[in-house]
Amino acid sequence: MAVIKTENLTYTYSIGTPFEKTAVDSVNLDIEEGEFVGIIGHTGSGKSTLIQHLNGLVKPTSGKVIIDGDDIWSKDVKIRDIRFKVGLVFQYPEYQIFEETVYKDIAFGPKNMGLPDDEIDRRIRETAELVGLHKENLDKSPFELSGGQKRRVAIAGVMAMEPKVLILDEPTAGLDPKGRDKILGQIKEYQRQKKSTVLLVSHSMEDVAKFADKILVMNKARVFCYEDTPEVFKRAEELTEIGLAVPQITRVFNRLKQSGIDIRTDVYTTEFAKKTILEYLEKRGESHA
Amino acid sequence: MLKDITIGQYFPGKSVVHKLDPRFKIIITGIFIAMLFSADSFTALVVGIVFLIVSFLLSKIPFKLMLKSLKPIIPIIIFTSVLNIFFLDGVVLFKLGFLKVTYEGLRTSAFMIIRIIALIMGSSLLTYTTSPITLTDAIERLLSPLKKIKLPVHELAMMMTIALRFIPTLIEETDKIMSAQKARGADMESGSLLQRAKALTPILIPLFVSAFRRAEELAVAMECRCYQGGDGRTRLRQLKSTGGDYFALGLSIVFLDIVLLINCMTG
Amino acid sequence: MQEKIISAENVDFHYSNEFEENENAPVKQVLKGVSLDIKKGEFTAILGHNGSGKSTIAKHMNAILLPCGGKVYVDGIDTSDEERLFDIRQSVGMVFQNPDNQIVATIVEEDVAFALENLGVPPYEMRERVDDALKSVGMYEYREHSPHQLSGGQKQRIAIAGIIAMRPDCIVLDEPTAMLDPHGRRSVLKTIRKLNREFGITIVLITHYMDEAAQADRIVVMDNGEIVMDNVPKEVFSNVELMKKIGLDVPQVTELMYLLTQCGLLSDTHIIDEEECTEALIKILTA
Repeated sequence: MAVIKTENLTYTYSIGTPFEKTAVDSVNLDIEEGEFVGIIGHTGSGKSTLIQHLNGLVKPTSGKVIIDGDDIWSKDVKIRDIRFKVGLVFQYPEYQIFEETVYKDIAFGPKNMGLPDDEIDRRIRETAELVGLHKENLDKSPFELSGGQKRRVAIAGVMAMEPKVLILDEPTAGLDPKGRDKILGQIKEYQRQKKSTVLLVSHSMEDVAKFADKILVMNKARVFCYEDTPEVFKRAEELTEIGLAVPQITRVFNRLKQSGIDIRTDVYTTEFAKKTILEYLEKRGESHA
Repeated sequence: MLKDITIGQYFPGKSVVHKLDPRFKIIITGIFIAMLFSADSFTALVVGIVFLIVSFLLSKIPFKLMLKSLKPIIPIIIFTSVLNIFFLDGVVLFKLGFLKVTYEGLRTSAFMIIRIIALIMGSSLLTYTTSPITLTDAIERLLSPLKKIKLPVHELAMMMTIALRFIPTLIEETDKIMSAQKARGADMESGSLLQRAKALTPILIPLFVSAFRRAEELAVAMECRCYQGGDGRTRLRQLKSTGGDYFALGLSIVFLDIVLLINCMTG
Repeated sequence: MQEKIISAENVDFHYSNEFEENENAPVKQVLKGVSLDIKKGEFTAILGHNGSGKSTIAKHMNAILLPCGGKVYVDGIDTSDEERLFDIRQSVGMVFQNPDNQIVATIVEEDVAFALENLGVPPYEMRERVDDALKSVGMYEYREHSPHQLSGGQKQRIAIAGIIAMRPDCIVLDEPTAMLDPHGRRSVLKTIRKLNREFGITIVLITHYMDEAAQADRIVVMDNGEIVMDNVPKEVFSNVELMKKIGLDVPQVTELMYLLTQCGLLSDTHIIDEEECTEALIKILTA
């Protein structure tokens, strides 16, 4: 069963004023449980507004959001329960940290859920370990930590609610390559351990390509495509046309194809590129022999 | 939403009102306020209103925007009118339970409401047609004689400029932090007054932390651009008063005189 | 020899720990004997991860920080000479990461004029310099806008214009694109390149994005408070193993070349752009 489903989801800003703008336009989505979905699109494509609908922070102008089979805006659903089911990590989440200790800050979400203390404690220790925070850091003030550590505290704060769906809005913005790889790896590990669904919004095709099973491309408030990762990269030309940068390596393979070499173009990581070249050479060797 | 707040929002334009010297505009607004508060009859008040309407038409500011400026003061309007309608003695028109509505009450509250609305609209017209920085600049210049008595006029103006510059930024930030804490299940809509006040902690602390960080970074950026206080500063925008400015000032004084005259005649 | 605009000689730096609980705690050396010359007209990128010391050295370039050991000269002036502080800041301008926190005024052109107002430039000259600065970053049409209506990339270009208006010889940009989306990043980079090529302004770009560094004439790689490489982009990126060890990215094409050399298909990794890579691959695939 789809854990997230939207039916004709539409959201319009400032209706009736000259600033009226449709940010999300008739979006129909089915996201299956346990999937790792990458969401890309440029600023203003509607991706941020879309994800804020999925945990009920924004109410659609028309259409439905169905989480785990329930229409979240029907009368018998409490919107706060939806927020615990669909955890949302905003951009630069370290700016929302407020507690005296790391431990207490991670505890904020689970406490709001009304969980018993020992359960909260278990979750804090587990998620802290998952995001690579040492035990001795738990009693420190979060404001003493480095930028990358703070961000991981904030992400742990949402992970500790153990939501069925975890949505992250550009969790790696502003981080250096080391910090970026660390956080993306930890998110993947969380998904593997908890078998939860993860939606990762990113500007970086390379990041999305490395981790996502499926990619949702948003363009001008609409779904441009929602397909398995390799399928999306086969459409490199179309993606470039709507102004999204495809990975450098994908562009190289497209160039190879254009120059008459019969090679696949759904290549987006260097490891896979190497494999593709070796396979090509092998195949050619065989046909020559 | 928080974004709807329009106080201190400038509406760029090229009208005569926009072009007036901001120093004169401030003084004229002062004279306009004097008209409103010295008027003690409807007729006198109408003179002030006419002055407002003429300025408003000249400014080419959309009427919707002017109405929007009234939004934050709706509670004040309701409060004053309720107070006046029910608690002023006089000829009783009708009764609502133990409350009685008097003719004098209705009259006074209508008078007060018109006065408050005109006051807010008049001062909004000033902020809509004058960029906040020109406004602070003008205030700085109007107050500059006070430097002699060691009043830090430049420093105050600078503080005002920076405050104005960061209001939209901080409002946006508050919105973001609120959404983020709601996503973690923060409950800000229910509970007792004390509980609700406590529920603000997760918003206020991050907001303060970020404001301090911003202040620190801004200070360094200002130093890098050779900021050293008010001494020896020149300004991009020069304030030069023209005949038109004096004409507008004269006109407002004439209107004030008419108001005072009507007061004498009706009083 | 080209003239030097900035010269750092054996710079040591550490933050004082007088506020720490334990005064005798060992101080963390942020910069360890860094020597670096920036020549006039050059476009240099300083690449490194967070905590490598790259921002700290940048802050030495216009006397925001003063070295604990060693010397920094800007246009021949010792940065510790307080009397010449404004000369230093006029010849080396600085742009920071967060565009919101460096814009002072509520109208674009008045913000661009801020430095000139501080320096007491006469109004008629100011007008011309503000307009020129706005045109050079392509934001002249927005001169009467309020900064909060602009996108991140546009705000950052306004911040750059505010520095350009001082007519500096050199601009140091401390991770100017870290908070921007890809579109904003591209527009800021384009502006920086234009300033360098068309107006001959010396550029020092602090970044951890390798694709931005690749556009520079020269890359200085910093790690752990020291300079580990200082060369043209091609040479720097071809050291794939060292770059990975430091925790920095190399262009995907360079990485692929590196992987292929490991399988013995290639002997050289000096490739950093798509075109060269495509050509090299065609050679391999059709050989």
